[in-house]
Amino acid sequence: MSRYPAEGESTPARPRRKRVVLADSRAPVTVLRTVVELEEQTSWAEEVVRGFIRTQFWTAVRLALIIAVVFGSLPLVFFLAPGLSGVTVAGVSLPWLLLGVLPFPLLFGIGYWYNVLAERHERDFVDMVEK
Amino acid sequence: MELNLWAVAAILLVGLATFSLGFRSSRLASTTQDFLVARRTVRSQRNAAAVSGEYLSAASFLGVAGLVLKDGADALWYPIGFTAGYLALMLFVAAPLRRSGAYTLPDFAEARLGSRGLRRLSTAFVVFIGILYLVPQFQGAGLTVHQILPTLPTWVGGALVAVVVIVNVFGGGMRAVTVVQAFQYWLKLFAIAAPTFVLCVLFVGDGGVRGLGATGLSEAAPPRFTADTAVNVETDVVLHVEEPVWLTITGRADSANADGVAFWGPGTHTVDEGTELRFTAGSATPVVQGAPSDNRTWLSPVTGSGDLFTTYSLIIALFLGTMGLPHVLVRFYTNPDGKAARRTTLHVLLLLGLFYVFPMLLGALSRIYAPELLVSGRTDAAVLALPMKIAPNTLGEILGAITAAGAFAAFLSTSSGLVVSVAGVLSTDVLKGRVRDFRFGTALAGSVPLLLALVLRPSDISLSVGMSFALAASTFCPVLLLGIWWRKITWVGAAAGMLVGGVLVLVSLTITTISGYTGGWAPAFFQQPALATVPIAFLVVIVMSKATQGKIPPDTNRIRMRMHAPDRLGFIRDRDVARFGTAEERSRLANGRHRR
Repeated sequence: MSRYPAEGESTPARPRRKRVVLADSRAPVTVLRTVVELEEQTSWAEEVVRGFIRTQFWTAVRLALIIAVVFGSLPLVFFLAPGLSGVTVAGVSLPWLLLGVLPFPLLFGIGYWYNVLAERHERDFVDMVEK
Repeated sequence: MELNLWAVAAILLVGLATFSLGFRSSRLASTTQDFLVARRTVRSQRNAAAVSGEYLSAASFLGVAGLVLKDGADALWYPIGFTAGYLALMLFVAAPLRRSGAYTLPDFAEARLGSRGLRRLSTAFVVFIGILYLVPQFQGAGLTVHQILPTLPTWVGGALVAVVVIVNVFGGGMRAVTVVQAFQYWLKLFAIAAPTFVLCVLFVGDGGVRGLGATGLSEAAPPRFTADTAVNVETDVVLHVEEPVWLTITGRADSANADGVAFWGPGTHTVDEGTELRFTAGSATPVVQGAPSDNRTWLSPVTGSGDLFTTYSLIIALFLGTMGLPHVLVRFYTNPDGKAARRTTLHVLLLLGLFYVFPMLLGALSRIYAPELLVSGRTDAAVLALPMKIAPNTLGEILGAITAAGAFAAFLSTSSGLVVSVAGVLSTDVLKGRVRDFRFGTALAGSVPLLLALVLRPSDISLSVGMSFALAASTFCPVLLLGIWWRKITWVGAAAGMLVGGVLVLVSLTITTISGYTGGWAPAFFQQPALATVPIAFLVVIVMSKATQGKIPPDTNRIRMRMHAPDRLGFIRDRDVARFGTAEERSRLANGRHRR
C-alpha cells in the first residue's frame, strides 16, 4: 500500500488504472424483490411457498398411490385367484412375469414421470417469482 | 478344487483395482468436505452408479438368487422392494434432503428440528445400524473366501475386505469411495450378466428341462438330482421329504448314527452337522423345512393367508426402509443440488432394474441344476456354485471366478459406504470434524465391526435383510418423511417415534432369536414386524408432536422454504461449508449464491 500517495501529500499522483467491479459475476443477474421477499418470509411469500410445497407433495402422493395400488393388489389377486400361476405367457408363468419383469419398467416410468412433473412445477414457480 | 486359482486371482484383482482406484482419487481429497460429501460435486450419472454399487450388497448379489431358489415366486418381492424403495426416496426425500444442506442424517435432524438431543439420538442409531450391517458384510466375505479356498480360515476374507476399505476411506473418504463404488456397480453387473448369458445358452444347449431329466418348474413334484450327488451338511437341518427317497447316509440322522443305505418316507427328517448324504441321479430332493417342497408350490405366489400377511409386511419394510438407511442417504448429500439428487435416483431405478433380472434367472436355473443346495440349506451359495454345476470344466471355473469376484466387489462396496457414513457421523458428532478426526473415525468404524465379526458366530447376529429394512423403516423413515413434509413436527415427536419404532423392532428381533433356540414358538409375524411397527412409529411421531406444539422451531417456514424452493433461486445453504469451509467459501454462501 505504500506505493499509493497518502492523502494530502504534495506529489501529484498519477491516476492509476483501476478495475471497477459493480457486481459479483456470480451474483444474480437482477436483484429480485420477490426473492428477497421469499427470504424475508412476508405473509405473501409464506402463502406462495406453502402452495408450492403442497403441489409437489400431492404430485408425489398421487404417483405413490399408483404404485401402492398396483403392488398392493398383486398379492391379494394371487391369493384370491390361485389359478393364475397355471397361466403361461410365452412359456413363463404369469405371476413371474408380473413380479419379475413388469415392476422394473413400471417403477422407472413412474420415476421418469415424477421427474418431469416436479421439474415443471419448479420452473413454473421460478417463472412466477421472477416475472 | 481346481476352481481356486481362477477365483483367487479374480478376487485379488478386484481388491487391487479397488485399492488403486481409491488411491488415485484420494490424492484429490484434502478438506473435511472432500471426506464427508466429496465436495458435493458428483454428477448424477456417476452418483447413480455409485449408489447402485453400494446398494447391491451380497444380499442382492448372492441372496436374491438364493431366495428365489428356495422360496420361488414370493422371493421376487425382494428385488421389487429393493428397487421400489428408491422410487419412494425419489418422490418424497431426495431433492428436499439435499437442499436442506445437511451432511449427515443427524445433521439433518438438527437442521430441521433444532435439537442437539435429537442429533445425539440419531447419531446413536446411525452408528448402531451401521455396525449391525457391517458385521454380516465382513462375516459374509469371510465365508465366501473360505468356500473358494477351504484351506484359509474364515477370518481372512473379512480382514481383507476391512483392510482395503479402511485404507481407501482413510485416504480419500467419500471422494475415493465414490469412484470405487461406481466402478464396482459395473463390475457387478458384468459379473452377474455374463455368466447368466453363458449359462442360459448352455441350459438351452442341454435340451432344457426335458434333456436333463429334471423336474419341470411348474410340475407338482419336488426337484430331482440330475446326477449322483453328495451333500455335506455343515449345520444341523430339518428336511422335509415329499416323495420317498433312497439315500446313503454317513453320520447322524433322525437322532441315530447311520452308515449305509437308508429309506426316507414322506415327513420330516433331522440331519446333524457333519453328516454326508448321497443321492442317486433321478431321486427326489428333500427340502429344508419351511420352504416349498414341490415345484408347483414354489412357482405360485402367496399360498396361504400367513403368506399374504408376511408379503405385505415385507413390502412395507422394503418400500419404506431404503430411505432410512444411513449409508444410502449419505450418498445423496454428494449431489450438487436437489434437481441432481432427483436425477440420480431416476438413474438408480434404471440401473437396479437392469441388474435384478440376472439373479432371478440364476435362482430359477439353480432350482434345476443345483437342488442339493436345498438339502444343505446353503442356498446363498447358488450364484457361486451354479457355474461348476452347469459346466464342470474350465469354462465353469472361469465363470465361477467371475461371480466370486462380483460377490467380493459387493462386500467391498457396501462396506465402504457403511464405513464412510459411520465415520462421517463419528467425526462430526463425537469428534471435532477435522480430516484427522474423520480418519480416526474410519479406523474405529472399520476395526470395531471387524473385531465383532471375528468374535461372534455368524448366526449370532444374522440380522435378516427384511429385519434390517424394518429397523430403518421404523426409525428414520417417519422422521424424514414427516420432517420434510409436515410443518408441525417437533423434536420431541421425532425422538419418541424413533425410539418406539426402534425398540419395537429390536424386541421382535429378540423374540425371534429366542424362539429360534427354543423350538420356534413365535408366530411368523415377529420375523417381519414392519406392518405393525412402521405405522406405530408414524403415529407416535404425530401424536407426540401434536402434544408439544410449543416446541416447533421458530424458523420452520424458512427451513421448509429452503428444502423445497427450486435450486435456481439459490437458497441452499450447505451446512458443512458453514461449519468446516474456508473463509472464501463461506462468504460465497453469505452472498446467497450456491456454488455452480
